[in-house]
Amino acid sequence: MKPRVAVFKFASCDGCQLQFLNAGDELLKLAGQADIVYFPEARGRALAGPYDLAFVEGSVTTPADARRIIEVREESRYLVTIGACAAAGGIQALRNWADIEQYRRAVYPSPEFISTLSTSTPISEHVRVDFEIWGCPIDKTQLLAVTRSLLFGAQPVLPGHSVCIECKRSGNACVIVTRGEPCLGPVTRAGCGALCPAMNRGCYGCFGPADAHNMESFAALLADQGVRGDDAMRRLRGINGYVRPWRESADALAAKK
Amino acid sequence: MPSRRKSRTIRVNYLARVEGEAALHISLRDGEVVDLRLEIFEPPRFFEAFLRGRDSREAPDLTARICGICPVAYQMATVHAFEQSYGIAVDPSVRELRRLYLCGEWIESHALHIHMLAAPDFVGCDSILTMAEKDRGAVERGLRLKGAGDAIIAALGGRPVHPVGACIGGFTRAPGRGQLSDLRERLLRVRDDAVECVRWVSRFELPAANRDIEFVALRHPGEYPMNEGRIVSNRGIDAAAADFEDCFEEYQAAYSNALHSKVKGRGPYFLGPLARVNLNFDRLGAGAAAAARETGIAWPTSNPYASIVARAVEVLYAVDEALRIIDAYRPPDAPAAPFAARAGTGRAIAEAPRGMLYHAFETDDRGLIRAARIVPPTAQNQARIEADLRALAPDLVRHPQAAATRICEMAIRNYDPCISCSTHFLKLEIDAN
Repeated sequence: MKPRVAVFKFASCDGCQLQFLNAGDELLKLAGQADIVYFPEARGRALAGPYDLAFVEGSVTTPADARRIIEVREESRYLVTIGACAAAGGIQALRNWADIEQYRRAVYPSPEFISTLSTSTPISEHVRVDFEIWGCPIDKTQLLAVTRSLLFGAQPVLPGHSVCIECKRSGNACVIVTRGEPCLGPVTRAGCGALCPAMNRGCYGCFGPADAHNMESFAALLADQGVRGDDAMRRLRGINGYVRPWRESADALAAKK
Repeated sequence: MPSRRKSRTIRVNYLARVEGEAALHISLRDGEVVDLRLEIFEPPRFFEAFLRGRDSREAPDLTARICGICPVAYQMATVHAFEQSYGIAVDPSVRELRRLYLCGEWIESHALHIHMLAAPDFVGCDSILTMAEKDRGAVERGLRLKGAGDAIIAALGGRPVHPVGACIGGFTRAPGRGQLSDLRERLLRVRDDAVECVRWVSRFELPAANRDIEFVALRHPGEYPMNEGRIVSNRGIDAAAADFEDCFEEYQAAYSNALHSKVKGRGPYFLGPLARVNLNFDRLGAGAAAAARETGIAWPTSNPYASIVARAVEVLYAVDEALRIIDAYRPPDAPAAPFAARAGTGRAIAEAPRGMLYHAFETDDRGLIRAARIVPPTAQNQARIEADLRALAPDLVRHPQAAATRICEMAIRNYDPCISCSTHFLKLEIDAN
């Protein structure tokens, strides 16, 4: 029997699950190796669990979703999160530093209709996660590599080194050294192919922290570059801002103000 | 079982093949709709709230994250709003590159919708995966078109989802002429696919419907509308893009996380490819106009089911327009115009694949955002979608649940709803702390 695969969505933009559809021919090949039994964005009929492999996109932001992720975990043998929302809470985790009541009242004329938690949290804060694919969005090639490994019963491996390694390998001129541009590359996980430096700009951290990340030294580098404290704080408090090393570093900068 | 007072409730708890999460609830009594709710339970992400205090230079990277399917339109509405506020004039070549960028998004988003989300309904399949077994050629054509759209976005922004090149004033890097030549070859190869796609969808059995609809789109003096133009409708709206809030108003329904919109003093309105084609047929260019005429549809049309054909016509338009831009392209002197941030308010509209997307930002003198308002097309279409469902509802009782569900889903899919986008609303009059 072919493995049963499911794709679930929590609070997110749909961009990571879109990478399955963007995979084109590869998706059709995958469909030959597995039964994609639950994927609301792609198919009309949903089949019940259990699932051999569940991909989870998005963060937990509502009481209903906090219950649903537990059900998903119970139905799934192997649970893989896809993207920054699922791994770190996503950009919507910026609410974690704000007063949610103020957000809700400010946003909606009838705030009582809106059910939301005061935080946006990663899937791993709610259930055991077997593997995390980082990125905003995730990289299609990484997604396919992880999927293939799992379908063959092998433990997936993705690089944990920094964007700098990828950047050097691509032959880009360093934007920090040559242009004095603030760049999160030294503390950010590889995976995008050093896209931003190749586009003449600094990295803004789509793939979350690299395995080795010296945040203290990085904060000093930003200060040396003349980046104001509040600007440095905002750069860290971005797409993956709620992930611990960046959160702590940004909070330290905020406290210094 | 029929009772004397015929009551029927139709619930669709999960709408398949739309982007994001929604459900539908219809209650009928004696053939009359007593309750109809398109419930959007996509959790709110509060973009307008957390944008406050952020730097305007970061904004195109942040608003892109509202939607993984149409990030380019978000980036375009955002940068145009700030450019209006800061008084920036962009290089004419940059202006053309931005049209090219949006052509890429229209192609990929429309190709995705036509082949992966909508077509399975018409060929009797539940997904593109089963459709691939039945009509492999059509699926491969869709993938080629989608791939070509993705390639345009990647050429300008590095990657198709959440591209990184757009900034206030232009792009962080502009391609050289040679860098666009591969893209040109690829677009030439898919042009026949785009022509065939129009023919394919026009052979689908589209339900007939003639509804009383107000269509709204941008209109530009010389071009098919993308990033610029006036707001127009078939009921006499003719207003500057910056006057969007004078034309439309929003209201909240208890059952939905999305605000609804209506034309002030009137009612629902219709955005998207069908509205654009209806209101801008004379700007389509020879190739796309000829293909549109060949379908046998009398444009403009009030049949919402013609949307899928309009979408295919726009794919062909966007391929032709992209080729025109590449052929005439001269790299700009600088990829981005320099600027100084200042206090003020900027408002702009981009024609996202699903219709007009409105952004308004107020900034302080350092360029930090004081207030943001974002009105995406699907939220604006929501009242119109409900009006279509209301028109269908009395007839639904004749159908068993599965067929009734399918009829409703098809009606909703005319709008290619992107529900992820639809839950990010704020009133501009909020106090920025």
